[in-house]
Amino acid sequence: ENGRCTTKLESMGFRVGQGLIERFTKDTARFKDELDIMKFICKDFWTTVFKKQIDNLRTNHQGIYVLQDNKFRLLTQMSSGKQYLEHAPKYLAFTCGLIRGGLSNLGIKSIVTAEVSSMPACK
Amino acid sequence: MSRSPGRKQENHKISRELFVLTYGALVAQLCKDYEKDEDVNACLDRMGYSIGIRLIDDFLARSAVKKCRSYSETADMIAQVAFKMYLGVTPSVSCSNATGNEFSLILDKNPLVDFVEELPAERASLCYCNLLCGVIRGALEMVHLAAEVSFLQDRLKGDAVTEIGITFLRKPEDRRHRRN
Repeated sequence: ENGRCTTKLESMGFRVGQGLIERFTKDTARFKDELDIMKFICKDFWTTVFKKQIDNLRTNHQGIYVLQDNKFRLLTQMSSGKQYLEHAPKYLAFTCGLIRGGLSNLGIKSIVTAEVSSMPACK
Repeated sequence: MSRSPGRKQENHKISRELFVLTYGALVAQLCKDYEKDEDVNACLDRMGYSIGIRLIDDFLARSAVKKCRSYSETADMIAQVAFKMYLGVTPSVSCSNATGNEFSLILDKNPLVDFVEELPAERASLCYCNLLCGVIRGALEMVHLAAEVSFLQDRLKGDAVTEIGITFLRKPEDRRHRRN
């Protein structure tokens, strides 16, 4: 039941992400490469959606990127204890879909996962 | 739509496109989950209700309005303050009956349907914005005003305007008692 709801949220996020990225990139120049796209997601896209930039972007230059947000907007209102950690993924599912949808419309197939170890930071 | 601020009074306006697109994705998902339009409408209404009972706190905290003394003041408040605060539009209010407990909010611009051209043929009786009805109903209930809220006209279904009807369920005389 939990898994199904997370999947639905993720697919909703996917649709929204596709639409959003289309509107945001209407007037921007072509992206040079994957890293450029990731930087766009971290800066402009994240700012438009969450009013802040991603705090930390790491990559292994082989196709894996880790975006770290230390004060994820959707988690800030939850207590920072361990109590609700198991419910956090639900709140992240939509956002994962958002990123995946955005990347998909920019021509990148991806798998987006999220990890929360201590609220309100997440990767 | 804004979120309630923490300690700082930041401008928490969400991107309008994100909001409208998310609502659309929500309705689309519900259409996939439920076959019948009535089920989707009921679900949207329930969700709206849950949002409304909490939204009212946010509204009262942010708008600092005084108590409304009549149903028509309440209807005006919803249209001019609440709708403006959360959706950025101001519907016009009209009272549709003599006893003063039925009102209509006429929306000529509905931001939620920005990206919707028309309802698909097999979803002809879908009330796309039924969430709004639930929100109004829930919010009113939390201030002890029972009401029925529904769409009387809908631009998406071919009518000229979008009209939301609010029917307060208690006689106006009851409001003379002090209520919190």
